[in-house]
Amino acid sequence: MINKIKTAQEAVAGVKDGMTIMVGGFLATGSPEILMDALVEKGVKHLTVIGNDGGLDAGQPAGAFAGKTARGIGKLLENHMVDHIIASHIGVNPKINEQVEEGTLRYTLVPQGTLAEKIRASAYGLGGILTPTGVGTPMETELDELGREKKTVVIDGVKYLFEMPLHADYSFIRPSVADKFGNYYCSKATKNFNYVMAGASDHTIIAPEKLVEIGEIDPDYFDVAGVLVETIVEGEKKWQI
Amino acid sequence: MADLKERIARRCAKEFEDGDFINLGIGLPTQVADYVAEDIMVTFHSENGFAGIDAVVEDEKDLDVDIINSGGFYVTALERVKYFDTAESFGLVRGKHVKATVLGAMQVAENGDLANWIVPGKKVAGMGGAMDLCAGCPQVIITMLHTQKGAPKIMKECTLPLTAERCVSKIITEMGVMEVREDGIWVTELHPDYTKEEIQAATACELHFDPNMKAMEEE
Repeated sequence: MINKIKTAQEAVAGVKDGMTIMVGGFLATGSPEILMDALVEKGVKHLTVIGNDGGLDAGQPAGAFAGKTARGIGKLLENHMVDHIIASHIGVNPKINEQVEEGTLRYTLVPQGTLAEKIRASAYGLGGILTPTGVGTPMETELDELGREKKTVVIDGVKYLFEMPLHADYSFIRPSVADKFGNYYCSKATKNFNYVMAGASDHTIIAPEKLVEIGEIDPDYFDVAGVLVETIVEGEKKWQI
Repeated sequence: MADLKERIARRCAKEFEDGDFINLGIGLPTQVADYVAEDIMVTFHSENGFAGIDAVVEDEKDLDVDIINSGGFYVTALERVKYFDTAESFGLVRGKHVKATVLGAMQVAENGDLANWIVPGKKVAGMGGAMDLCAGCPQVIITMLHTQKGAPKIMKECTLPLTAERCVSKIITEMGVMEVREDGIWVTELHPDYTKEEIQAATACELHFDPNMKAMEEE
């Protein structure tokens, strides 16, 4: 019978230099820390990273509460593992602009709602999406993350941007609770990109804070289908201030 | 300055009606929540994933590390809160279910074009959810000081990259309240500290003065 449970090291063993990965989280809230740690340990380089933002740098405050270490994608940036970041916001983690100035990192900005839909389109078999977001702005005139020109479509007199799906080699996700088949749920504001990223990559890896036996809790509790999940890694802990 | 911003926030809070679902941007717009009338129920959208944001956490005993706002601050949520993922959050926005977004601006043009995501001379931070909010919400309300160190921010055409085209519906500054209409910007309320000539002189496009223009009220 299939066993999806692996160690973090086994889970990231297939991640190679130059691959594209997606990481759930919003300013690192909801990011799978033990999977980021495993990538750092593996020392993989030249990644393209898709996420809402660059996570947090070491010592950066989250409101009145400062973290001691880098968090989420911030760990990959701290270790110079990223060549290209595709995100909606790059202004919080100072490592991004530092590395852009050094010439080792480039970025593609995508509006937050569009980013979610591009990822969702990839997971759910759509050829792209039409959105009014970004019409008349640099989003219409600048090239997309793969250097393609944007197309526009007018429907009933309204202009839309045609945005292409965003696919990756690996998705890294942090559920609050999962069962051993991979069905999962993310608590409160940790849902963010952790739902659309499941299945938008060749391999989806989850690191739940709590792992339960199949049937241990009401299956209706879960939001995301375990059929989208290839690998489960135990040991993620609730974030400690 | 703090008093002027409070004046703007207090006036903006009067825009809301019982049952409204509203998004507030970071900074001055966030202050608006402090002045909403107590006898109406307004639900605030936090675009990173919920409807029903309450207050920023200052005491560690109120802390839940699973709840931040879009500025990355730990916050509390109301009893009627609904959490959702980013796709649903911006579906609510583009679907016009969030009635208004309140934002600051670098520049507003007389046709309602808005530029507020690239600050000249600063490193690019990104638009986050601002483009979605401005393209999606039926009302875009700008709360800001009328000028930037004396330079007009309301102008004929924006010179900075746009956040969205023709999206601004209302502008609230310390000098007055303005509506963006088909034929330009109309002053509907003027603060008693200023004359028509003064608000026009601080603006780089022609202002129209509504025949029913009132004094901008203060509490």
